[in-house]
Amino acid sequence: MINNKFFGRRRPEPPRPIPPGQYLEDGFPVLSAGPTPRVDTATWGFSIEIEGNTVGSWSWDALNALPQTDLHTDLHCVTKWSKLDTAWRGVTIDTLLNDAGVEVPTGFVMAHCDGGYTTNVPAADVIDGKGLLVHTYDGEPLAPEHGGPVRLLIPHLYLWKSAKWVRSLKFMDQDSPGFWERYGYHMYGDPWREQRYTGD
Amino acid sequence: MATSRSRDGGAEWQIATVSSVDDESTRVKLFTLDLPDERAKAGFFAGQYYDLRLTAPDGYQAQRSYSITSSPDDPGSIELAIELITDGEVSSYFHEFVEVGDKIELRGPIGGHFTWLPMITKPVLFIAGGSGIAPIMSMLRHHASSNSTAPALLMFSARNEPDILYKDELERMADADQNLALILTLTRGVPDDWRGESRRIDKAMVDQSISQLVGENNLPDRAYVCGGSSFVESIGNYLLDVGMGHNDVRTERFGP
Repeated sequence: MINNKFFGRRRPEPPRPIPPGQYLEDGFPVLSAGPTPRVDTATWGFSIEIEGNTVGSWSWDALNALPQTDLHTDLHCVTKWSKLDTAWRGVTIDTLLNDAGVEVPTGFVMAHCDGGYTTNVPAADVIDGKGLLVHTYDGEPLAPEHGGPVRLLIPHLYLWKSAKWVRSLKFMDQDSPGFWERYGYHMYGDPWREQRYTGD
Repeated sequence: MATSRSRDGGAEWQIATVSSVDDESTRVKLFTLDLPDERAKAGFFAGQYYDLRLTAPDGYQAQRSYSITSSPDDPGSIELAIELITDGEVSSYFHEFVEVGDKIELRGPIGGHFTWLPMITKPVLFIAGGSGIAPIMSMLRHHASSNSTAPALLMFSARNEPDILYKDELERMADADQNLALILTLTRGVPDDWRGESRRIDKAMVDQSISQLVGENNLPDRAYVCGGSSFVESIGNYLLDVGMGHNDVRTERFGP
């Protein structure tokens, strides 16, 4: 449906295409369903479960002792903003699985977080360098409101999949909806196919 | 939450008709949109929002989300409070061009965590900053229309008195309802006859509102906080400090 008097501001013009329905944002908006949980790196730990068995767990120091990966990427939030050229540092899920000495899982994975947040993605979307645990944003420790000390980053999917304050990944055979997915957000969430909500 | 799923996932784009446009403040206009029948029948929960989509003649599109401010009692139409944002391509179009009778493309209702239902009868604290009143207004209107006995308190912060959206209606609601208390605060100066607070919401003000709502040494069962990002961040922290559970503090944030 055309809105005849609408021409759009289109400022700033994106230097490269951004996904449909998105606009460019210079700031870094915070969107969380609850308050920012208090997380202490002295007691923080992260674990990976496969089919109900814990196959690896890492303290803050252990995570930082693993090989680190730098990632420059664009972010796309389902609330319509996109942010280009963000700089992150962290550990790929491949590195964690390798450190745990397990084979790369198939199926699906649920991220579990401090505060109770969850989100689901196919296992294939966190391996081969596509998923990281990040602790550094733009050269600084990741701020608590942005998910610090550690958040998941899966930048090719809408940002609600990049769970803040992540504490575990649980691989499973069957897909199952996480926090927003139960409220009708898309099970996969590809911004380029504009998979915002169930049925998209 | 099977109950919320029945009223969400309005993934299909629909066309609504603007049935009223009113100035609420210098920067906020209220728009009533009459929904197509199948959307109207589906209803919504207080706190949910709609996505609006504008399409230029050359095909360029822009989308934004707006909270429903009206009560779910009247599911045939929704009211949206649209604040004029500097350089905001969607809000400026609504403020400059949208008139009664215009057609608007939308889909919804969406969301389900930041919702209040009349079946919740325990004490509830609402804290709003600026246009963050929008989803909370729907909840308060539903609280009133459902004759809810849930003790409720709204603490609402605005810059200047004319920026207090729905001021008259909120004062009428609080006067008429012994279960609703209202605390207004202005952060950029107060008129001579001002009887509310006159500073940013701080820990002392949150403590005071909780005492007024549930008495000292008690906590409300649920808090809804909506406003700018730093506003919600600091108040969320206060509410954790006083001992509220993470899942009992529901937040919605806007702005960078």
